[in-house]
Amino acid sequence: MENLELVFPEIFLSLSIMFLLLLGVFKKNSSTIIQNISIIVLLITAVITFNETIGVDETKLFNNSIIVDYLSSFMKIVTLLAAFIALIISSNYLKTFKIFKIEYPILILSSVLGMIIMISSNDLIVFYMGLELQSLALYVLATFNRDQIKSSEAGLKYFVLSALSSGLLLYGCSLIYGFTGSTNFDIISNQLNSQEYSLTFGIVFILVGLAFKISAVPFHMWAPDVYEGSPTTVTLFFTMVPKIAALTVFIRFLYVPFFNLIDQWQMILIFLSIASMIFGAVAAIGQKNLKRLIAYSSISHIGYALAGLSTGTNEGIQSSIIYITIYVLMNLGFFSSLLMMRRDEKYYETLDDLSGLSKNHPLLSISLLIILFSLAGIPPLAGFFAKFYVFKAVIEQSMYFLAIVGLLSTVIAAFYYLRIIKIIYFDKEKEKYDGDNSFWLKFSLTVSTIFILIYFIFPSQIIDVVSRINII
Amino acid sequence: MNFPILSSLILLPTIGALFLFFTKSNKENNLTVKYVSLFTSLVNFILSIYLWILFDQTSSEFQFVEDRVWIENFINYKVGVDGISILFIILTTFITPLCIISINNSVKNRLREFLIAVLIMESFMIGVFSSLDLVIFYLFFEAGLIPMFLIIGIWGGERRVYSAFKFFLYTLLGSVLMLVAIISIYWITGTTDVIQLYELGIDTKYQNLLWLAFFSSFAVKTPMWPVHTWLPDAHVEAPTAGSVLLAAILLKMAGYGFIRFSLGLFPMASEIFTPLVYILSVIAIIFTSLIALMQEDMKKLIAYSSVAHMGFVTLGIFTIQQQGIEGSIIQMISHGLVSAALFLCVGVVYDRMHSRLISTYGGIVTIIPKYSVLFMVFTLAALGLPGTSGFIGEFLILMGAFKDNFLVAVVASLGVIIGAAYMLWLYKRVVFGKLVNSDLKQMVDLNKSEIVILTCLAIPTLFFGFYPEPLINTIEVSISDLIKSYNIQTASNF
Repeated sequence: MENLELVFPEIFLSLSIMFLLLLGVFKKNSSTIIQNISIIVLLITAVITFNETIGVDETKLFNNSIIVDYLSSFMKIVTLLAAFIALIISSNYLKTFKIFKIEYPILILSSVLGMIIMISSNDLIVFYMGLELQSLALYVLATFNRDQIKSSEAGLKYFVLSALSSGLLLYGCSLIYGFTGSTNFDIISNQLNSQEYSLTFGIVFILVGLAFKISAVPFHMWAPDVYEGSPTTVTLFFTMVPKIAALTVFIRFLYVPFFNLIDQWQMILIFLSIASMIFGAVAAIGQKNLKRLIAYSSISHIGYALAGLSTGTNEGIQSSIIYITIYVLMNLGFFSSLLMMRRDEKYYETLDDLSGLSKNHPLLSISLLIILFSLAGIPPLAGFFAKFYVFKAVIEQSMYFLAIVGLLSTVIAAFYYLRIIKIIYFDKEKEKYDGDNSFWLKFSLTVSTIFILIYFIFPSQIIDVVSRINII
Repeated sequence: MNFPILSSLILLPTIGALFLFFTKSNKENNLTVKYVSLFTSLVNFILSIYLWILFDQTSSEFQFVEDRVWIENFINYKVGVDGISILFIILTTFITPLCIISINNSVKNRLREFLIAVLIMESFMIGVFSSLDLVIFYLFFEAGLIPMFLIIGIWGGERRVYSAFKFFLYTLLGSVLMLVAIISIYWITGTTDVIQLYELGIDTKYQNLLWLAFFSSFAVKTPMWPVHTWLPDAHVEAPTAGSVLLAAILLKMAGYGFIRFSLGLFPMASEIFTPLVYILSVIAIIFTSLIALMQEDMKKLIAYSSVAHMGFVTLGIFTIQQQGIEGSIIQMISHGLVSAALFLCVGVVYDRMHSRLISTYGGIVTIIPKYSVLFMVFTLAALGLPGTSGFIGEFLILMGAFKDNFLVAVVASLGVIIGAAYMLWLYKRVVFGKLVNSDLKQMVDLNKSEIVILTCLAIPTLFFGFYPEPLINTIEVSISDLIKSYNIQTASNF
């Protein structure tokens, strides 16, 4: 077997999971050790991915069912690093709720394993396997705080709806297999001719399943409830990591086997994108719970990422990837600050809790201010550039309607971000919170804030990295 | 010229703000904080005067151009000034230190944060006036929203939240369309560099839509009737220093944008849409002047008068006559000085009596005579009395308008009369008349810093009123060049 080193990340991660499971079973009170080892494992996996796969030309393994190229390596590294930070900042929160258990890091690792398998899948079956691995881990994670009714409800809701979407997805896969005689992306791509309208059914079913996973409208119903009910650290994980993986699959799936059918899926993507942007922006206005609000905001952000994908060009893909990367960083900053604030063992979750925060906590407030303006897409912050690249790609394809709708919905979205800023800065203050001041929370907040703030000084760096992704 | 003078102008206030950010905010530090920011802005002012001295008035080329790669093969960081933009830069650097001196009374808490916002604002505004790339321009243009939103929202009056939101969302809505237009220009021509675009020109068939997109943004910012409603709210609720910044500098971004981009890049479309601008400007002049006549709140009255004055500006710009555009620029500079001064005058009495209602006052001339004299100077300048800078601006605009369209000029001239009416009536009700309200007797006359600020504003107002040569010399060549290329492009297409 040649080129086995290309799947070292997956192998290393699977072996580590098994080892950690055994360790957890046989050693008592090992939560802290397992947490720490898991963090290191994620970092090492990222390093392995970087070392072994980043410079490699496109290679296919295991009967062409696994693909390693620049896109998959880049997205794997982003996934692993995001998961790494999500895990490292979660310990104190979990301890507060007495759910600091060995299962938590192991479940996170398993879902990450599922995601990196998804990212490098070049075959419908491998893709489905990865997807289910990550989903099953995520169901359990959503219910992780099982003593709370909301958390259990979130998990159950997520499980039922997700299972339904997986069913649709599987049905789509079987249709495609039926029409082309293979599950391999390359063979499907060769079998296609653009007159094959029956295949469209398969594509639609798979798109529905994927849209569900990234919570694009109209398959978003689960997101607000699940985000609200899950423990905040899990919500943080939900808003970032699975989306990176699902977006990669979106790219791979649409641009490799079905690129010839672009006329068929482009309209669907444009619809998903417009609906998500508008709905996410409008629905967030009325929210009082911060986690629900972030759920809607993430729906509208996914809309922008999909807008980039719908262009059918390399620039579009690159802009989506830049978008999701910057979005992940902004989200990280936002959740780090959420995890910092608690009073009497209760974390801040509603908008009113933030009232007048700037009086007592000026530094945290200024970071939140920067992050929120960036989420709203106001220049010169990083969030603006994310949108700028997407709309540049969109307008280059003369899709003016999409661009104008997208930009108008940023104005609507600006309203609720401004509302948070208003509550932090203009309203009457409450007493100080007795915050969580762990080093890693401060670290991730500072890093993401500074990145957002000074991104405009060196905007070409990210573009240089991403511009090596050429799918078409 | 190797020293990057424009970048220094942009960066210096930000560096000052960074310095403030790292100082401790407590009562003892307040004075230090204030002096640091004052020092920064004064250095910036001196630097900009130095820029004016070095500036070659006989050339219409962009000078002090700095060109650096920013995003490879896409956008260059490019700044430079010509006769049109340099005056706005000086206006910005001149008003900012005055603003900083003026906040003795109006800002009580969080002084440090306020000064940071003001300084960052200055950076952004200088950036707007000096950028020679559409994307860079948009970046600065939009970024200015953030500090202004905070200034209104944190330090404003009772309805500050409503006003801050209205300000932010209105202007954001206007400018997103401009972003679409900018990206489209890149797509059509392959560059966003203004100098190159001037040479290349933009295909006529795209110009109309692009012009409208830019117009939507500038019209909101100017503000033109009927999208002016955010301005009175924002002015009334903003703290005095905020109103000054808003009136003196922010409103000028749009006027500048009209000259630089609407006329410069889309001459064909400007030709087509001139009647639209005329109609909106004339409505703004007459309609908002009448509204101003009925106001009971002093700040609101001055805010509406700003809309009317900006109506003259847009009218002057779209006459496409040498006098008209010169008049518009001088009117903008003059309005920058005068409206800033008027807001400060209102601030002075507001700090003492905590009321902006005209009916509170009356007969204060005997109690605070120094104030009354200075207030009179600015009232007269606002209504355009000969000998003040306001006159030069309005006169030139009307002269340009008469050359282009007689009817419009006649109607606009009516606006001058109504303008005189509301300003004089305001002055009469506040300063003269019987002293009814006995609380007014406790009012103290101007203190030293207030005298310094108001005199600083009065001197250029009067000086340029009698001797506008320095201003006109600076802008003359650039404008005549702009009009020349405008006429060549429109003539070849019709």
